[in-house]
Amino acid sequence: MFFCVQVYKDPSKGELPLLPEEHVQDSAKDVTYICPFIGPVRGSLSVTNYRLFFRCTDREPVFGLDLPLGVLSRVEKIGAATSRGDVSYGLACKDMRNLRFVHKEPEDSLKKSVFEVLMKFAFPVSNNMSLFAFEYKQVFPENGWKVYDPLAEYKRQGLPNESWRISKVNDHYELCDSYPAALVVPVTITDEELRRVSSFRAKGRIPVLSWIHPESQAAVVRASQPMVGQNGRRCKEDEKLLQAIMDANAQSHKMFIFDARPSVNAAANKMKGGGYESEDAYQNAELVFLDIHNIHVMRESLRKLKEVVYPNIEDSHWLSNLESTHWLEHIKLILAGALRIADKVESGKTSVVVHCSDGWDRTPQLTSLALIMLDSHYRTIRGFQILLEKEWLSFGHRFQQRVGHGDKNHTDADRSPIFLQFIDCVWQMTRQFPAAFEFNEYFLITILDHLYSCLFGTFLCNSEQQRLKEEVPKHTVSLWSFVNSQLEEFVNPLYVGYPSHVLFPTVGIRHLQLWVTYYIRWNPRMRPQEPVHQRYKELLAKRAELQKRVEELQREAANRTASSSSERAGSPTRSITPVQTFV
Amino acid sequence: KHPDLLPGEVEFCSANPILKYTQDDLSQRGVFGTLFCTNFRVTFISDEKPQEKTDKTFKNKLYGENDIPLMCVDHIYGVYDEKRKLITGGLVKNKYPSKMIIHCKDLRVFQFSLTFSKEEDAKKIFQGIAHHCLEEKSLKCVFIWCWSHYSGCALFKASFPPVTQEDGDFQKHLDTMINAVAHNHLYSVKTEDLSESLPNIQDIQQSYNKFKQFFLIENSTDFWLSDVKWFSSLESSGWLDIIRQCLQKAVEVVECLEKDNTNVLITEEEGTDLCCVISSLAQIMLDPYYRTLMGFQSLVQKEWVAGCHAFLDRCNHLHQKDKEYHSPVFLLFLECVWQLVHQHSPAFQFSETYLTVLSDSVHVPVFSTFLFNSSHHRESVMKAESPLAQSGPLSCPTVWDWSVQFDSKAQNFFFNPLYLEKVKHDRAVRKPHKPKHQRNLSLPSTAFKTPPKKGFFKDETDSLKKMLRVKRLSRWRGSPDAPTATTREFFESWQHRPLDYHGLLLPCLDGPAVHIWMQRYLRWIPEVYILGGGSVAVMTKLMELLSQVQDLKRVLEQRDSSQAAKLDHRPYFQHRLLSFDSSGRLSSSFPFAYTCYRSFKPIIPTGLMQSLMVTDSLASQEDEASSVVSFV
Repeated sequence: MFFCVQVYKDPSKGELPLLPEEHVQDSAKDVTYICPFIGPVRGSLSVTNYRLFFRCTDREPVFGLDLPLGVLSRVEKIGAATSRGDVSYGLACKDMRNLRFVHKEPEDSLKKSVFEVLMKFAFPVSNNMSLFAFEYKQVFPENGWKVYDPLAEYKRQGLPNESWRISKVNDHYELCDSYPAALVVPVTITDEELRRVSSFRAKGRIPVLSWIHPESQAAVVRASQPMVGQNGRRCKEDEKLLQAIMDANAQSHKMFIFDARPSVNAAANKMKGGGYESEDAYQNAELVFLDIHNIHVMRESLRKLKEVVYPNIEDSHWLSNLESTHWLEHIKLILAGALRIADKVESGKTSVVVHCSDGWDRTPQLTSLALIMLDSHYRTIRGFQILLEKEWLSFGHRFQQRVGHGDKNHTDADRSPIFLQFIDCVWQMTRQFPAAFEFNEYFLITILDHLYSCLFGTFLCNSEQQRLKEEVPKHTVSLWSFVNSQLEEFVNPLYVGYPSHVLFPTVGIRHLQLWVTYYIRWNPRMRPQEPVHQRYKELLAKRAELQKRVEELQREAANRTASSSSERAGSPTRSITPVQTFV
Repeated sequence: KHPDLLPGEVEFCSANPILKYTQDDLSQRGVFGTLFCTNFRVTFISDEKPQEKTDKTFKNKLYGENDIPLMCVDHIYGVYDEKRKLITGGLVKNKYPSKMIIHCKDLRVFQFSLTFSKEEDAKKIFQGIAHHCLEEKSLKCVFIWCWSHYSGCALFKASFPPVTQEDGDFQKHLDTMINAVAHNHLYSVKTEDLSESLPNIQDIQQSYNKFKQFFLIENSTDFWLSDVKWFSSLESSGWLDIIRQCLQKAVEVVECLEKDNTNVLITEEEGTDLCCVISSLAQIMLDPYYRTLMGFQSLVQKEWVAGCHAFLDRCNHLHQKDKEYHSPVFLLFLECVWQLVHQHSPAFQFSETYLTVLSDSVHVPVFSTFLFNSSHHRESVMKAESPLAQSGPLSCPTVWDWSVQFDSKAQNFFFNPLYLEKVKHDRAVRKPHKPKHQRNLSLPSTAFKTPPKKGFFKDETDSLKKMLRVKRLSRWRGSPDAPTATTREFFESWQHRPLDYHGLLLPCLDGPAVHIWMQRYLRWIPEVYILGGGSVAVMTKLMELLSQVQDLKRVLEQRDSSQAAKLDHRPYFQHRLLSFDSSGRLSSSFPFAYTCYRSFKPIIPTGLMQSLMVTDSLASQEDEASSVVSFV
């Protein structure tokens, strides 16, 4: 009924399922789960090194909970024990729910309660243990770590070419430790100049190419803020680099610099040495602020959203409550920003530079959304994986910090739902263009579930360099191994691969919706329905069956009347073309 | 150039050149042409050669995109020296405005500049339109059985004037009524006074007036300004809440019939407004026949047209000043049906396009269906008018004759390609559900269940009478926010059963599940057109696939049977209406608005900064909480 992650078995049936290298750490009977929808449920609770498993024993239909420990952000005792020795525990989750259990404390005070064991295994990093991803040794037919090869992806875009080269200046992550090893830069800029640019850009994140338009050669370039400071520092190599980016595109003598921040915040950054490109220093470049707020505002917005949707929804104030979270408004601003970038590249044929402060939060949101609009390759399942590997993982979105894998410090101000917000934007686009994406909603939900689960190595660490140092690809399984080994689960049957179609979504709030099947999926009344897809699949099966029968009959008829071909002239089967290849 | 007049249509006046503004931007661009006013419509004919039209598969034969049936005019505004004034009868004579803005009941907005034509022409056309659109024009029931559940219990509705004093006649009437129910149906009776628990028709009118303003968008600036407070604006209109309350009430009625097996009597003052809404909705939820196209039409005909809903007064066809009687009750019903269609689309044979067209047709004065206050009214008008007509009796087509408005190809859009048809052999079993048959079942021989509430039902009816006499009390009153726990349980237990699209159908009424009828309300607003997207992208694919399946079936049938006569006689729908090439360029507003004039450019929002002013300290914080600015 719900979208459950496939690697768990249905908790309502059978016993505790165990993955390879998963071991039960502790279990307890007579635990009560206070379900906000159906009331208290008694059952048994088990904790493994990967999951929490609760199964009720006294209820029809059988009720169960099965969640990876990675989704827990906080486990705490609520209040003191009651006179009967009952203690309540509250579990806050990263996936929009809170769980509450009541359990009798063991009389033997030396024995640890199951919840103490839970606290230890839920936050392995804080307890000097390794994440389960490093123990999980499942073998899948596909190796997801091979999905992204930067040079192959740049080659697909036609790079290197006469204007752009692939530089090895960051081969050992010396230029910038949060950037990938392979960088695409204009041919006219030397590695030495790049080094000087890196001291002028925050965290050394220099302007490099993300994507190039196959026809107009207009480029999407990403960077971090320039270290202008209060004194208006300049860097002639940086100015030269931006000029070279502009010159690489013969179609336009102009360039746009999109600063994702509100102008107020960008100006305030000057106090701390940062800032934005001045018009004097960068002639022919137009600076546009996109008014997207910082990670703290986004975290707060999601917190409010959780308050509004979980566990109960106030029906008659639903819309104003939703508005007061500003969540969809942030989504709108991000989509609007990406739309402006895509428009300048597609309609204006101009190159663009995108940055925020450090260039690892709002910047990948904007560039990857713009790339989805511009390049249909990124709307396929594998293309989307490449996009995530490239724009998010290799360019150093700080997943470890933003998600806080295995870390008990739930108040850490570095946590923020930036990636969730991006996936939400993608979901909004799939709603508006139901036939333009090869993947379905379940694919996006699976990605988010495993963002937190710590079962796969994909979203661990903060940068390519860290992942290499920790040998993540060697010791863990990639999420894409799991996904690509059962692709049919994630395919959108309505997909039509318009190859050169640019998607311009509508960003008005009127066309944005709350992603109910993700944010409110724990509410049993919000049953997700996908009748369209189901009906479509049925029709596809029906057509295949009929097609087969027609072919059989035709073969028979052909055999019987081999001489007379006139009979088949008007056969309507000519109109039957495979759906997937339609253009 | 003149418009193609319908039979009996007369042209009153015209003016040229008139500039019709294109709606999509602030630049005062537009198209020059002639504006006409006839006895049926206001129409604009462009001077420019009609552009190469995209295949207009959904053309309305009576009126096109530049036609406004007179009854469809909601308000007219005149712009005098940059100031916008609402035009009423009195203002007209003095001066004509430089610009005329017409708001339509189907939410289109037209803007015409009158400054380019000759003064007298401009004056004449403005006065003509204002006169013919705005001037006033000249021109009861007992309780009714609505539907019977297969268990034998039934749904009734009744008009119920407020009880002020002991009224002998009324008392007698009431006794007969209740005895009739009690005698014919072996179950207890629950009454529900809708005027107690639901908003009244003025509340509905007020709410809708507020609500529709959000969709009458004149330019981009308006659009983006109103986008900011979109959700709270919607909520403040209360329209979605009224929809929820109606559906909620209908679910309660369904629960009584389905779960408790009690008779239900719904009442209100006139018995022809909310009674129609609730009884029709309950029947759609209970009976799959009413989810077919024919079934739905017969339901509207039975409950609304024959059920004496005062269309003439409620829709304000005559533009009377007296606002007391206006109320979009029928539209409210269609809105509720749309919610059901939206949530359970495979259960309905008709599409949302059908509902949208039906909601528009209410304002096309050609059809007799929605013109009168009751069938009695219709008959008397038809009789009275007929001697005046030169030839024969006056005949108005009914709205159900869709060929008057659309050719058969366009009518295909009324069918929902997702509809799951009932497998044939089950039909025989279902038959007893049909109301016609049910009528004879009012004394069920098979269903001698003991009533859920024990006791002789005379007691029940006595107490009921008492209750009705003393005070109109609602048995299940509750605020819309807190539906009684039992109703919630009823929904949840239904939800746990496997979904049968040909069985009982209940809507989810939680806040996030109630949606805006996007097709109806957003279809004229270019800012929200999704080029190459929207549900049309899915529907065209489905239609295509469906037609391929049908083609294959036909091939097999032809080959299978030597007796070609045995071919299927069910209506054969042409689903191959659009090719994929075109679907890539169609906008989400298809089939209503055409975007041939629009270039393939994104709609960039303006005024974003106003939208989100985060004032708390978080906004000014650094991204890196513990950030040490690396200034090496």
